[in-house]
Amino acid sequence: STNLAPKKIAKYGTCIGGKGDEFKGCSLLIIAWDDRNCSPYQGRNIDLNCMMEPVSTSPLSRIAICGGTHGNEMSGVYLVRELQKQNLEKVGAASITTVISNPRAIAMCKRYTDMDLNRCFTDALLSSPLKDDTPYELRRAQELNALLGPKGSLQAMDLVCDLHNTTANVGLSLITYFNKDWLILHIYRHIQRSITSAPVRLILLDIPYADAYSVDTLGKHSLSFEVGPQPHGVIRADIFNIMKEAVNKTLDWVQCYNSGRAFEGGEVDDVYIHVKSIEYPKDPVTNHITAAIHPQLQDRDFGLLHQGEPMFLTFSGDVLKYEEEEALHPFFVNECAYYEKNIAFHLARKIKITIPTLQVKR
Amino acid sequence: MTSSASVSFLNEARRVAIFGGTHGNEMSGITLVNMWIKNGDEIQRNGVETKPFITNPRAVEKCTRYVDTDLNRAFTTENLSAPSKEDLPYEVKRAQQINLLFGPKGSPNAYDVIFDLHNTTSNMGCTLILESSSDHFNLQMMHYIKEAIAPDCCRVLLTEHPLLKYSTSRSVAKHPIGLEVGPQPHGVLRSNIFEAMRLVVKHALDFIELFNQGLEFRPCTLDVFRVSEKMDYPRDTNGNIIAMVHPHLQDCDWEPLNPGEPIFQMFDGTSICYEGVGTVYPTFINEAAYYEKQQAFVTTRRETLAARAIKKAHD
Repeated sequence: STNLAPKKIAKYGTCIGGKGDEFKGCSLLIIAWDDRNCSPYQGRNIDLNCMMEPVSTSPLSRIAICGGTHGNEMSGVYLVRELQKQNLEKVGAASITTVISNPRAIAMCKRYTDMDLNRCFTDALLSSPLKDDTPYELRRAQELNALLGPKGSLQAMDLVCDLHNTTANVGLSLITYFNKDWLILHIYRHIQRSITSAPVRLILLDIPYADAYSVDTLGKHSLSFEVGPQPHGVIRADIFNIMKEAVNKTLDWVQCYNSGRAFEGGEVDDVYIHVKSIEYPKDPVTNHITAAIHPQLQDRDFGLLHQGEPMFLTFSGDVLKYEEEEALHPFFVNECAYYEKNIAFHLARKIKITIPTLQVKR
Repeated sequence: MTSSASVSFLNEARRVAIFGGTHGNEMSGITLVNMWIKNGDEIQRNGVETKPFITNPRAVEKCTRYVDTDLNRAFTTENLSAPSKEDLPYEVKRAQQINLLFGPKGSPNAYDVIFDLHNTTSNMGCTLILESSSDHFNLQMMHYIKEAIAPDCCRVLLTEHPLLKYSTSRSVAKHPIGLEVGPQPHGVLRSNIFEAMRLVVKHALDFIELFNQGLEFRPCTLDVFRVSEKMDYPRDTNGNIIAMVHPHLQDCDWEPLNPGEPIFQMFDGTSICYEGVGTVYPTFINEAAYYEKQQAFVTTRRETLAARAIKKAHD
């Protein structure tokens, strides 16, 4: 049936057809398919090993690691403090800048003081004039833009890596923007292959660069780490150790990359593109939430949610079900900070990406 | 109130309050109490007046533990008798209001029973908090609840301790009962945690109804965990935490901890071990709100209390 047909997405001017010859020389090839089918085109045999040209990119000379962008997400706060205590300044040829992003929020152990710092980095907000009543986080965002950016300029950090926790059971999730960034995809693949202490996934946000709002977008390459589940305001050793390992693997990769190693291309899987968000059901009069995430969905981030499966259990015992035909993958299920944004969870489509061989420019 | 050698005759427990939102980000109690304020059918019982009540509405509105000071530490004699014209912290004023509505604490007019609903980030499951080992009404109620939810577990934490006992919102009542359910992050509502708390309250109200109808509860024993010692995080000279709860201890509330076993892990992986005497049973392990109270966990020791038979006294 047509509802099960895989969705083919072409980006950056390439076309995807049926014969395989058309794939040669593709700069980016994305194939989305029905998770149950596990084959890209029904009834067709397509050779996915298309001949992608190797890519060479600039060295990563200046790297920033940010913690405490949300003041109650403790792994990043403590990890950055530890890196500062160890005076981590260089990894091979790359210089490392460690940043405590939101010191006021950290002192109060709150996500933010006036507004969410990690929504302040759009082009519009970064260029808005400062006034007496400008929120603290907006001022801080412009300071960080001067320190690590300016966003979009040649002076910006080569890589900005931002550390977060979530109350959702996402394991280790990398988040970046949906652009032609082979380097980030290679880092993801390296981490995915070398970390066994947690499931590793990549979330792609399909947002134009000017509207991209998070602190990592100050860098030429952007990467956020989310590790969960961890309550806000709490530091768990197991979660901290996963974050520490992820940062170490990233720095290892950077060192190898800068020293000239070629990283072979191929397929990258467990990639999720954000499609939409689901709101909590609310009482129209009191505006109070009337249901909790259903026990069958709670803690099942990245599982498949099929039509007819439960999403919410109301306080009066009713089950609210997912009604859409396309099965999607929930993530950030029951993240504390999203209650005020009225988001119960996000839904994503799972895709595979083929990446080219990558090597630093000599 | 008279007691023979075998049965304690106690006044009926007619006025019962259920407190939610004593901490404004502990969502199960807030959600339950708001639900019951809107529709109280579920908490109605014959011979019982049940009042659901949000104790700290300003903190609930901001989804924060407290605004000025912890309400659940505010019910000290000093605070309750402080002149109300002074510029008092919000929670102290609130404690005085609550004391007027549901107390006065220590007087014959105080509410008979107050349940105070809490969540914790610690893996404590359902935990009833008992403030006095000689409150036989509470001992019998907790015994009843434990039997009713078996095979699921409900532990009893006895906070009767000269230094560690604290002045809770529920303490204005003759029979104060704390209910902690975890693990749940603050600000988050988990369905399983919500339903577990709801079920414990249901059984508690059933007990009160049976007692008020004249049922005699036979003598029984109650296994409790009595608080022993507060353990802080290792800190540097500036007061910053330098180690985390060890993975071996994390989530192991109520499990035995022996001397020599690891309790903290430094950021470089080094372990720090427990150096106490004898086996203890830690709880409130890694509760978010206790970082600022200098508590990583509290040790307890197991004890068995004897509960006398109780029966409602005739008028």
